[in-house]
Amino acid sequence: MARTLLDKVWEAHTVRTLLSGQTQLLIGLHLIHEVTTPQAFQMLKDAKLKVRMPERTFGTLDHIIPTTDQTRPYADPLAEEMAEHMIRNTKEFGLPLFDMATGKQGIVHVIGPELGLTQPGMTIACGDSHTATHGAVGAIAFGIGTTQVRDVLATQCLSMAKPKLRQVRVDGTLAKGVYAKDVILWIINVLGVKGGVGYAYEYAGDVIDRMTMEERLTVCNMSIEGGARFGYVNPDQTTFDYLRGRPYAPQGAAFDKAVTWWKSVATESGAKFDDVARIDGSAIEPVVTWGINPGMSVGVTQRIPTVESASEPERPTYREALAHMGFEAGQPIKGAKIDVAFVGSCTNGRLSDLRAAAEVAKKGKVAKHVRALIVPGSQQVAKAAEAEGLHEIFKAAGFEWRKAGCSMCLGMNADQLVGREMSASSSNRNFIGRQGSPTGRTLLMSPAMVAAAAINGAVADVRDILK
Amino acid sequence: MSTTDYKRKQIAGRGIPVTGNDIDTDRIIPARFLKEVTFESMGQHAFEDARKANPEHPFNQPAYQGASVLVVGQNFGCGSSREHAPQALMRWGIRAIVGGSFGEIFFGNSVMLGIPCLTVPQADLEWLQKQIERNPKELVSVDVEKQEVRLGDRVIKASMPDGPRNQLVQGTWDSTAVLLEAGDKIEATAKKLPYVVGF
Ligand code: SF4
Repeated sequence: MARTLLDKVWEAHTVRTLLSGQTQLLIGLHLIHEVTTPQAFQMLKDAKLKVRMPERTFGTLDHIIPTTDQTRPYADPLAEEMAEHMIRNTKEFGLPLFDMATGKQGIVHVIGPELGLTQPGMTIACGDSHTATHGAVGAIAFGIGTTQVRDVLATQCLSMAKPKLRQVRVDGTLAKGVYAKDVILWIINVLGVKGGVGYAYEYAGDVIDRMTMEERLTVCNMSIEGGARFGYVNPDQTTFDYLRGRPYAPQGAAFDKAVTWWKSVATESGAKFDDVARIDGSAIEPVVTWGINPGMSVGVTQRIPTVESASEPERPTYREALAHMGFEAGQPIKGAKIDVAFVGSCTNGRLSDLRAAAEVAKKGKVAKHVRALIVPGSQQVAKAAEAEGLHEIFKAAGFEWRKAGCSMCLGMNADQLVGREMSASSSNRNFIGRQGSPTGRTLLMSPAMVAAAAINGAVADVRDILK
Repeated sequence: MSTTDYKRKQIAGRGIPVTGNDIDTDRIIPARFLKEVTFESMGQHAFEDARKANPEHPFNQPAYQGASVLVVGQNFGCGSSREHAPQALMRWGIRAIVGGSFGEIFFGNSVMLGIPCLTVPQADLEWLQKQIERNPKELVSVDVEKQEVRLGDRVIKASMPDGPRNQLVQGTWDSTAVLLEAGDKIEATAKKLPYVVGF
């Protein structure tokens, strides 16, 4: 019987079946950062346990670090303490840490693929829900909680139930001005934020096949926003070309052998899925969220929906969303005034994202009332962007050019919304309070759309600017 | 591998009563302590706001220092708990909890830490709390296996659902311990993966 990547990777990593019926799954790559690990390390110390396979864990600093002045100690004592713990714990347990001095620091989900740590056929875990990102290279990658971080550190394993598999096919051709971010926002719009609960998503179809690796990373990143704990794209030539030459990828003859194995883990033709969803890629326009979860979105030429258009159980959320956002049902999303523009995060903080934003930034100046931030996803992204002169384009247009980190994606550092500020953001969550202010408001969109909104001072259709 | 004994068949210690119903996780550990990098100091902060507001709070009283069996009311630990609440109680010294009923997440989190939560009828609960107040030195013994709470010569029928009770009695409540049982199979599985051994 034809098998899926999920079947094959799951089986290859199964240590045993537990009494509970769950699988004891070996984790091939464990990524850690400063926020969800200190307690896990403490638990390990309390139980007098070592890290089982220290060579399979890699750490970085991303969530709390400042993106302006990074001299230690950090201005925020809490951030300093978290960084300090991370440095001390990784040293004590003998784990590599990509800190500032390495030149490889960055958002955990940006540096994994960038360094070639993330490879097809692996199981990957990290104490962060956007670990699904790494599925873009053909890995099974999911977020875990602090106690599970302890389990992976101590045993290199997790107790997991195998999810069902839904193939999400996006066929057709994307229009100009429509990006990977629009594709995933639209998938979530169609399938719903809870649509993926109990499922893993296999992304496929013409649109996905033609995507670059960075675009696939954007799509897989937001699987969790659609309720799926992880999503993946089958490894193909795009994957292999992306990985070749990366520092932690196999080198030389080993690379070719690796490609043979990577090809062997891909889903076989004729494999059965528990469900298949089809999306017409040609019909997608730039997408903007208007509400308080990533599924509440519309095409940029559309109007904000009425409460009545939602199903009965969803209506209270719609009401809450309209009230929080200060929007009227039926109002066009285009023209909604913004105060802050943010390009960055593990969803859209890679070089191609900065390029797309810069292309738009070239066409104008940031509106006077808008505070605009460009935060590269990693030190390497920053370096590559600077080599191309992107930072100069941004600065000339009135954007701030920052250092790498999670920044305003979650507002755990100084980069936060103030009061009811409205933000056009290339990140992944528009939950109430997500960007640092309990009353702050977030509109999710592609980096190019963020740049367009920054220039226009309000939500704009990037296609008008790119004409 | 750790040689810790994970079996939680019987737990005996001095008791501490915290009366009142619907004591939520925010009261057990105020939200501002969730930002801390370790659970280490959680014990100190157990019931912090309640203790500040009420100097007579049992967690402040010298008579109850060193107690390990917490006796509470109905719906203890309700709210959207993460691990911090049972962590705080455990690090203060609590090893078993007896109550009327428990918040579901709190109950699960406690079991994951090896802390049994047993329910007893309201009348027995009140008797237990009064008895402990009268004589804080007396040992309360919680028999998880037999589902009994003993104090003096009285034996009170208690209950805990089979699944978590078996986990505690058999010592399989700790997911790390269960995963570690696979022993060499873990390395054997890793050695079959080409990316681990090298292509
Ligand atoms: S960029 Fe945002 S979503 Fe991504 S890891 Fe950082 S905080 Fe999480």
